[in-house]
Amino acid sequence: MTKTEDNQLKVTAIKNGTVLDHIPADNLFKVIDILHLTQGNNQITIGSNLDSKSLGKKGIIKISERFFEDEEINKIALVAPQATINIIKNYAVVEKKVISIPEEVVGIVKCMNPMCVTNHQKIDTKFTTIVKGKETLLLCHYCEKATDLRNLKIISD
Amino acid sequence: MPKSLISIHDFTKDEILHILDVAAEFEKNKSQKILDGKVVACIFFEPSTRTRLSFETASNRLGARVIGFSDTGNTSITKGETLKDTIKMVSNYVDIIVMRHPLEGAARYASEVASVPVVNAGDGANQHPSQTLLDLYTIKQTQNRLTDLTINMVGDLKYGRTVHSLLQAMSHFSPNYIFTAPDELKMPVEYKSFLEEKGIKYTETSQLTEHIDNTDILYMTRVQQERFSDPIEYEKVKDIYRLDAKMLTNVRSNMKILHPLPRINEIATNVDDTPYAYYFKQAENGMYVRMAIIAYLLGYK
Repeated sequence: MTKTEDNQLKVTAIKNGTVLDHIPADNLFKVIDILHLTQGNNQITIGSNLDSKSLGKKGIIKISERFFEDEEINKIALVAPQATINIIKNYAVVEKKVISIPEEVVGIVKCMNPMCVTNHQKIDTKFTTIVKGKETLLLCHYCEKATDLRNLKIISD
Repeated sequence: MPKSLISIHDFTKDEILHILDVAAEFEKNKSQKILDGKVVACIFFEPSTRTRLSFETASNRLGARVIGFSDTGNTSITKGETLKDTIKMVSNYVDIIVMRHPLEGAARYASEVASVPVVNAGDGANQHPSQTLLDLYTIKQTQNRLTDLTINMVGDLKYGRTVHSLLQAMSHFSPNYIFTAPDELKMPVEYKSFLEEKGIKYTETSQLTEHIDNTDILYMTRVQQERFSDPIEYEKVKDIYRLDAKMLTNVRSNMKILHPLPRINEIATNVDDTPYAYYFKQAENGMYVRMAIIAYLLGYK
């Protein structure tokens, strides 16, 4: 039995919907926050700390009867850049999506500058993504300071 | 959205040069009532002397009237009014808003909420673009040009917002930089890599006297106590540089000393009477530059 099949047994297959795989285990709940999966009535199965060759420990999320717009799904690239998105129709993968970090990140990340106005007034945060070599930085539209992905805090409402 | 001035990046090189030209015109003719009947709001959520007084004087010299507050003590903000509501309300009353706020990004946010132009008169440690423009104006006035000058920045280069904005604005004019700072207060890497990308040369030193004789503009700054979380760190560096008239014997004849003020101990008073001291004139220039900013944003110049 291969690893993949093993995982499929641990996390039940879905008939129609979206499977988010290869999420770093530490960021699984950040992905749940970003996609607002705690709200809504869809059936969701979540697997955490599953074995993964590339990530060590990974998370997986299967959401029944839910299909995401690219714009929405790209938001998780900040915390799960290697995630794979499989669209399932009638138990089969009909489409695989590759995610990419969006150029602008609105309302999901907290600015790490404690003096930033967005941390004191009810204002949606807004960042421009800057890729410098291997590092990705989020430049705050308001305070003009950079937040790096290691210090990323997701705004959960 | 009307055009605002929040960050020095909001103005192109051409706009910067235009503001400097208009300011020169105002310096020749100090009172031009082109804004008769207009109202300027100067709302200061944090104390200031020079900036507030020069914006208010600038407005008056243009013939506009000024309303506003200089601290939040007797305003509805103490009742918990949000910044958004304050700005919405003020922008219904006036033609332009000048604001200072302790939070970084507050002015950018205000410009998105307001129906009139907003001028950022300082948002915490972030931006203070009218200071940058008056620095450029003063540099041009003293050297008759902006290009190919050696600018020696001294003091707190780590936290000082004026030096960071000036560094970026001057980068349009192929400068040569000298950064004089103690190890604790060196120019941050992000600004140095910005210069490297642009191919602009810089030299770093911790000795004030090392490059002082090869400098066109000596830009002194105060080490600001409020930026330090550790009082011992502040004590170590607060009086690290003290410019004295004795140090000026071999400087270039065109060399001028600038300082955003207030100064504490970093420039001895015996420097004031040397031909190199220019910081008081620099503060005066702030008024002409602020007249130019207001007139330009309201479409009069």
